[in-house]
Amino acid sequence: MIERHLAVERLRDRARFVRTETVRLSRIAGAGHYASSFSAAELLVALYYSELRLRPDEPAWPERDRFVLSKGHAAIGLYPILADLGYFDAAQLDDYTRLGSHFGDHPDMKKIRGIDFSSGSLGHGLSAAVGIALAGRVRGSDHRTWCMLGDGELAEGQIWEAAMSAGHFELGNLVVVVDRNQMCIDGFTDDVMGIEPIDARFTDFGWRAQRIDGHDLDAILDAFSDLPRADRGQPQVVVADTIKGRGVARMELSLDWHVGNLAGQDYDDVMTELATGLAAEVGR
Amino acid sequence: MTGPASGSQSGGQVADVQDTSEVFRGTASGSTGLRDQRSTDGADQRAIPAFVLGEELGDLADHDDRIAVLTADLAKANRTNDFAARHPDRFFNLGIAEKNMITVAAGMAASGFVTYAATFASFSALLGCEQIRTDCAYPGLPVRVIGHHAGMSMGFYGTSHHALEDLGIMRTIADLTVVCASDANQLRGILRASVDHPGAMYIRLGRGRDPEVYADVPDVHFGRAVQLRDGTDAAILATGSEVYPSLRAAERLAATGASVAVYDVHTLKPFDVEAVTAAASTGRVLTVEEHNRTNGLGTATAEALFEGGFAGVRLRRLAVPDEHVPIGPPAALYAHYQLDSDGIAGELTMLLDD
Repeated sequence: MIERHLAVERLRDRARFVRTETVRLSRIAGAGHYASSFSAAELLVALYYSELRLRPDEPAWPERDRFVLSKGHAAIGLYPILADLGYFDAAQLDDYTRLGSHFGDHPDMKKIRGIDFSSGSLGHGLSAAVGIALAGRVRGSDHRTWCMLGDGELAEGQIWEAAMSAGHFELGNLVVVVDRNQMCIDGFTDDVMGIEPIDARFTDFGWRAQRIDGHDLDAILDAFSDLPRADRGQPQVVVADTIKGRGVARMELSLDWHVGNLAGQDYDDVMTELATGLAAEVGR
Repeated sequence: MTGPASGSQSGGQVADVQDTSEVFRGTASGSTGLRDQRSTDGADQRAIPAFVLGEELGDLADHDDRIAVLTADLAKANRTNDFAARHPDRFFNLGIAEKNMITVAAGMAASGFVTYAATFASFSALLGCEQIRTDCAYPGLPVRVIGHHAGMSMGFYGTSHHALEDLGIMRTIADLTVVCASDANQLRGILRASVDHPGAMYIRLGRGRDPEVYADVPDVHFGRAVQLRDGTDAAILATGSEVYPSLRAAERLAATGASVAVYDVHTLKPFDVEAVTAAASTGRVLTVEEHNRTNGLGTATAEALFEGGFAGVRLRRLAVPDEHVPIGPPAALYAHYQLDSDGIAGELTMLLDD
């Protein structure tokens, strides 16, 4: 229990790091996908600091777990984690999005150590993950393939083509995490394009589904520990209910902060808000 | 490639290394909505292409009940939300589902509507290519697929959000009119002329910050280029976002005594061969486009020159080379590829020396 408590405390600290780095990098770019990074912060740190089987000093290790960030616009939250784990020098992020940088708004497998597949055009990531999972099976590896989907991109037809194929091929080595942050750009998904019941839609395609609070680190770790071994069987989906913009009061479930730019006093105020952890209490 | 400003921005003086209009809604501090208000920089929103689309379509729909508008979770980015506010019954947001959007637009068009389906060019033209061909162009339906933020105007959003192939792809589809808007007024003119134009169209827009080329809304005749400037030493054929910097480049060369004509080739298909013939009479032609140098304006011009017997004309094609462009702010990318007025002037100087 104490061990779990310490693990969760560490992850909580890293989630705050993801948020402050997102704010810092967005200012360099002059714009950033704050809210989509914030909703995924706990999920990303639980994956990278606890769950994924990785060797950061050997990014091409064949037995590593793979991770595809299908909602590529949250890359701004992933880059700092990869730097922190040692995939590259953190100073490389200081020219984020400047001409010639390897680090753009969306992750690029050709330019960044630790990125298994490029993304940015929504709806592609799960198909790539199906291919990676199939390749793992053919090669006889027991690594898992993980894919994080946004809820908005569940409107893309290709997602469901991929979901159908994963069920058909019994990809028990495939795990999808849906960042159910409730909103796409133009509004709440319930208003723009209804996508619920997400878990039932996946189970209808032969998946096993769990549904959790995506900001509760204990719940996330429990869900991951509940996964069967990576073998032929049901693909796994963890639908994580989250809050877009979680952690910064002005951004939580706001229609205005899909892309934004914090500068001047706003920047300082938000950094203070994140540092004091006030947001954790303000949030619902 | 290494970023020239590497490591220099961590101290807080960030604003001074930004160009002021690099992000698709401007860079003033704040949320998307706040930036929409602030990023006009005091200018009349009616002169800014980013603010025109929904409003003009709304105006047209006031008098024409056939007009319907669709988008794919980008109503705020492309301002079709302005249309939605005025004609909610004829506005449909399909969510992040571009192929579905285009074929739904075709279905409505098959039932008497004139439909405008708008999303980023990377998704409308590239993702929706087959739907445009099979469901819109071939049946000859009045679907107007709008690809905004085309070219590399999405800058550091990266390759997934760039569309440097769309003109080539669209130009290859039979029975499809392909048009590029260079500023807000021309966009209005294109939309007005599009309503009763037969068959399907692809309308290409930039990031929406293009400066004014046309002081008033022009009468747009698809397939007929507009000569914006006379000249006898050389001629520039430009399209879309490159019309404005081409004009500036020609003006700069005029100060050195060179007489350079400028044509706005807003329609890539059908292509205005007569304009190419007129340009060829100067003996030197420069094409300028925000597109891969394969199969865009430069290619179409080369085809027309050669087939017209003008093989002796000196031709230079300024475009994006056949490569995936680096990450960077849009203005930095334009400069990198000589697609700003400085770069065009330089290319023009070399052409005049040829």
